[in-house]
Amino acid sequence: MGLQDVLFYYFAIVAVVTALMAITRHNPVHSVLFLVPCFFHIAGLFVLLGAEFLAAIQILVYTGAIMVLYLFVIALLNLTGVRGRRIAHRQSFLAAIVVLILMVQLVVLGLTSTFPGPFEKLAGASFLGNTEAVGAGIYTTFLFPFELASLVLLVAIFGAVVLAKKEAGE
Amino acid sequence: MENVSLFILLSLLKIVVVLAIALTAVPVMVWVERKVSARIQNRHGPLYVGPFGLMQPLADVAKLLLKEDIIPTEADQVLYVLAPLMAFVPALLTFAVIPFGPYLQITDINIGIVYVLAVSSLGVYGLVMAGWSSNNKYALLGGLRSAAQMISYEIPLGLSIIGVLIYSRSLSMVKIVESQADLWFIVPQFLGFVLFLVAAFAETNRLPFDLPEAEQELIAGYHVEYSSLKFALFFLAEYVAMLSASCLIVILFFGGWLPLPFIGPVIEGFLPEIVVLYLMPLLWFLIKVAFFMFFFVWVRWTFPRLRYDQLMSLGWKVLLPLALLNVFISATFRMTGLF
Repeated sequence: MGLQDVLFYYFAIVAVVTALMAITRHNPVHSVLFLVPCFFHIAGLFVLLGAEFLAAIQILVYTGAIMVLYLFVIALLNLTGVRGRRIAHRQSFLAAIVVLILMVQLVVLGLTSTFPGPFEKLAGASFLGNTEAVGAGIYTTFLFPFELASLVLLVAIFGAVVLAKKEAGE
Repeated sequence: MENVSLFILLSLLKIVVVLAIALTAVPVMVWVERKVSARIQNRHGPLYVGPFGLMQPLADVAKLLLKEDIIPTEADQVLYVLAPLMAFVPALLTFAVIPFGPYLQITDINIGIVYVLAVSSLGVYGLVMAGWSSNNKYALLGGLRSAAQMISYEIPLGLSIIGVLIYSRSLSMVKIVESQADLWFIVPQFLGFVLFLVAAFAETNRLPFDLPEAEQELIAGYHVEYSSLKFALFFLAEYVAMLSASCLIVILFFGGWLPLPFIGPVIEGFLPEIVVLYLMPLLWFLIKVAFFMFFFVWVRWTFPRLRYDQLMSLGWKVLLPLALLNVFISATFRMTGLF
């Protein structure tokens, strides 16, 4: 087993374990804090694939901004009083269905397509700089999905502004 | 195999040297901060320990180490212990890519500046964890404030760098410095520099942005329950973050280790070549960084603290639009080749 295999299994196992910890904690603050190492180790997997730019952005956006926002909201609501709350609740049935669909999709996808081995560098990452490869991809081949994502975000921003305005008016 | 061990040995050596520079700077800065603040307020500052009170920071550290380490019974024990480390380690990690000179850098990765932004944004977890786990309402408020402040000012911080990147065409710290050989980026990127400076003050929780620890309202904010070595770690984290912010300002806008214009080449003309090649870059870099460290202290004792709503409106209504404008202007200049 080479160094890369060791690193891969380390990142993969820790990411899965921390993700499990995140969904099984009773205290929501602990759940959020377990997601932080989880995202970190996923970023590690990106580095192994030769996608350093994605790894840095993963940490910057997910751990640096989104999880801080979650932590802010959860710490503000102070949900710590609800210790011993059941993990399963009314939405469990619905969740099970969604998980089942997702799992079937993943299994079908895994069986029908061929993946490069875990350590083959992503195409384009080797000869171009990573950042250039990502930028070129976003603004040429994947322009439409990229613009679509921006549109969704724009709608979300409008929604947030409308909600905030309404509250202030009342 | 020999190459690998040589590489590891060299890397370790660089890590030791860089960390030594970073951590030696902290007690010096603490001393400067106390002396300058005293001068500004017409006091003397530390006088008795060592010449000019120079040994005062060491005496402070010794005092802190000897204090009892208190963990509140109602605190979340694990998070309470982890929090100071979470504040300190990310601040130190940024030095992995900061070049002190063309030959003195632990590693030059091609996403250097994004790495620094990513790692330094993690420091806030230390403050929020400390605030929440202390089980103290003042600490919690301090932690929440730091989270809100960090999110609000990270965006203008990141956007203000884009202008520099448009000119340097690289994310690598070394390339950013090298592309300033003709003209420091402070000239074409003055707006970007001002935005970055303000956002950096907010990110390091320094006055006028020290709301997370506002003494008058929150006693000491997130670290109110901390004592002894854990408190010292928070203190250390703040100063290391300040040092790394100063280094970033110098690298992005003031030509890193490049000599000062006009007087720099004159001084280097008198020196032997080997000194100019290996020692002067480090010296130029440290001089520039020292100026910004002084600037941090100067601002702290000059401006009053912002109110919370002023902080938010400055971040979102002033800095963010200006940062977007700066990106637009820089891109236009670059496209038309005007600058």
